[in-house]
Amino acid sequence: MTPSSHVVLASTFSESVSKLASVIEVVAGFLAILLIVFFVAGRVTGRLQKPLAVVICLGPAVVLATIGLVIPAINTMVLSLTNKQASGQKFTLVNGKLVSLKTKYVGWDNYKFAFTDPSTRGTLIRTVLWIVIVPLVTVFVGLLLALLTDQMKRVTLAKSLIFLPTAISFVGASLIWSLMYDYASPGNPQTGLLSEVVIKLGWKNPPNWILSSPLNTFLIMVVLVWIEVGFAMVVLGAALKAIPDEILEAARMDGATGLTLFRTVQIPMIRSTLIVVTTTVTIATLKTFDIVFTMTNGNYNTDILARQMYNELFVTNQTGRGAALAVILFLCVLPLVVYNVFQMRKDRATR
Amino acid sequence: MTSNPPIVEAPVPAVREPLKGREASTAVRKAFSHPIASAVVVLLTVLWTIPTFGLFLNSLRSKQDVNDSGWWEWFAHPSFNLSNYHTVLFSEGGMVLPLVNSLAITIPATIIPIFLASMAAYSLAWVRFKGSDIIFFTIFALQVVPLQMALVALQRFYNFGAHIGSVTIFPGGFIKGLTEIWVSHTMFSLPLAVFLLHNFIAQIPESLIEAARVDGASHLRIFRTIVLPLSMPAIAAFAIFQFIWVWNDLLVAKTFGGSDASGQPVTARIQNLSGNFGAHEELLAPAGFLAIVIPLIVFVCLQRYFVRGLLAGSVKG
Repeated sequence: MTPSSHVVLASTFSESVSKLASVIEVVAGFLAILLIVFFVAGRVTGRLQKPLAVVICLGPAVVLATIGLVIPAINTMVLSLTNKQASGQKFTLVNGKLVSLKTKYVGWDNYKFAFTDPSTRGTLIRTVLWIVIVPLVTVFVGLLLALLTDQMKRVTLAKSLIFLPTAISFVGASLIWSLMYDYASPGNPQTGLLSEVVIKLGWKNPPNWILSSPLNTFLIMVVLVWIEVGFAMVVLGAALKAIPDEILEAARMDGATGLTLFRTVQIPMIRSTLIVVTTTVTIATLKTFDIVFTMTNGNYNTDILARQMYNELFVTNQTGRGAALAVILFLCVLPLVVYNVFQMRKDRATR
Repeated sequence: MTSNPPIVEAPVPAVREPLKGREASTAVRKAFSHPIASAVVVLLTVLWTIPTFGLFLNSLRSKQDVNDSGWWEWFAHPSFNLSNYHTVLFSEGGMVLPLVNSLAITIPATIIPIFLASMAAYSLAWVRFKGSDIIFFTIFALQVVPLQMALVALQRFYNFGAHIGSVTIFPGGFIKGLTEIWVSHTMFSLPLAVFLLHNFIAQIPESLIEAARVDGASHLRIFRTIVLPLSMPAIAAFAIFQFIWVWNDLLVAKTFGGSDASGQPVTARIQNLSGNFGAHEELLAPAGFLAIVIPLIVFVCLQRYFVRGLLAGSVKG
């Protein structure tokens, strides 16, 4: 190591220590404030006690959710009906004339654009493919693994290995799979495993995977499935384990085995868990941004809504169009959320 | 499946006795215990592991080897080249500072939502009032709000504050730096956190809460002394989720972290490395691996709570 690198190291070290110290201060400060509030509010008795408890417990969450989620959501709906651009300029040149960039109401124009612009329409179609295929495959493989490992011994290692990708960042996973899909022209030594395998299997001239549409969209979906299956497997597996033995016994007395048992007893018993897992994976799929961003940056016909929205908002500064895409995204998952709310209402009512 | 099988031997049955408890489930499960089943599990496990394993082996190879041949050549020419790790960690613009930044972002962004969300979940589950149902469902439904949209509005809020007419409700520039990232992550985590914790907290036996109330404990006291300790499994499960999510986040960090490289978390640093095509390709593998290690440690430490906490409310046993 050279002396200069020692200096760099030393300064890095002191900076790290001071950063972590300030983090500890912040956490301690937060906890101290909570304790003080609890202590002071604990003195209050009588009729004020309950409302005060509600305000203290629920207040921060409601205020934060309102600022961070409710207001932006309403704001987005309004913006999606305007031609707002976030370029910071007041005017732009159109056909040699200065045109004012003042934001104005444009009705459904942004939505019309989203559904008629060829590239955006491609994005929408791919997004629908994503939110149908990824949750289906994920839940299917997760359920299969949960069922298969349910009765097996010594599966802890296998389960841990399958769960491992869940802890890997989308960016990290994209790196890992970019390596899998690496392309070198045939004849040269291959660096990507996929090419190597198909060449060994006799496909003389495999395509450049990540560049060939529409195959590349499915190859990128594999990455998300790879990440989410572990989550689905663990949660569904635990739900299967929670089915009381008496029920399985009764079903067996009635002659149910194998697939029949699975279809008529196990699946209905874990239905609510299946719904939760499907919902979680679908919402995660819809919000997927990092994978496409890192692997192709939306090029080669792989763009999906969340990625293009980022582009409209932060790169081309077409805030109005980005907002319209966000609303479309929102409408895509709304039915699923409404369904979940109805399920939960039943649960809350029966408690 | 930890309960003991029935010990009492039944007298020799005249007719075929139905199988009891564990025996029955074993018999049922035998339907799936087949060599093919084991083969499928092994195959899937191998498939799921190979990609990460490939990156790992590549992180041990020299730049030349990585560019010239596939990682499986490692088996023919094993090498333990740790120089990539050394470069990634200690060279200028190395990964040490990003790792620290990631921790500095993640720790508060995990702890703060745990408390705020469990307080909210407790009051929604046990301090019922008119409208608590609506608030609960609204918070759950907010999961679908795309972050990208919230980010723009939030940035404006942080920079310029909130005003009604000329009255300033909240001053601009008050929340800045890391605090912007912490507050944003807290906001975005609330829907899932309140949902998960509510499911768990609602299942605490009513008798416990009633008994405390009869003894004259206030709502806040019940929360602090009964609900919080009993909810540890759910809190641990959520903590894993939140830690992994914040650690792996790129979007929020990119938006609020600014362009200053010294404040970059690991994900942004890796994305930078992968952006400069070819320039640092040999460093990607070790960098990616370093980024995986810390969430894995957290996961392994907390995983025994994971399933218990997550399952509350979603399974009717």
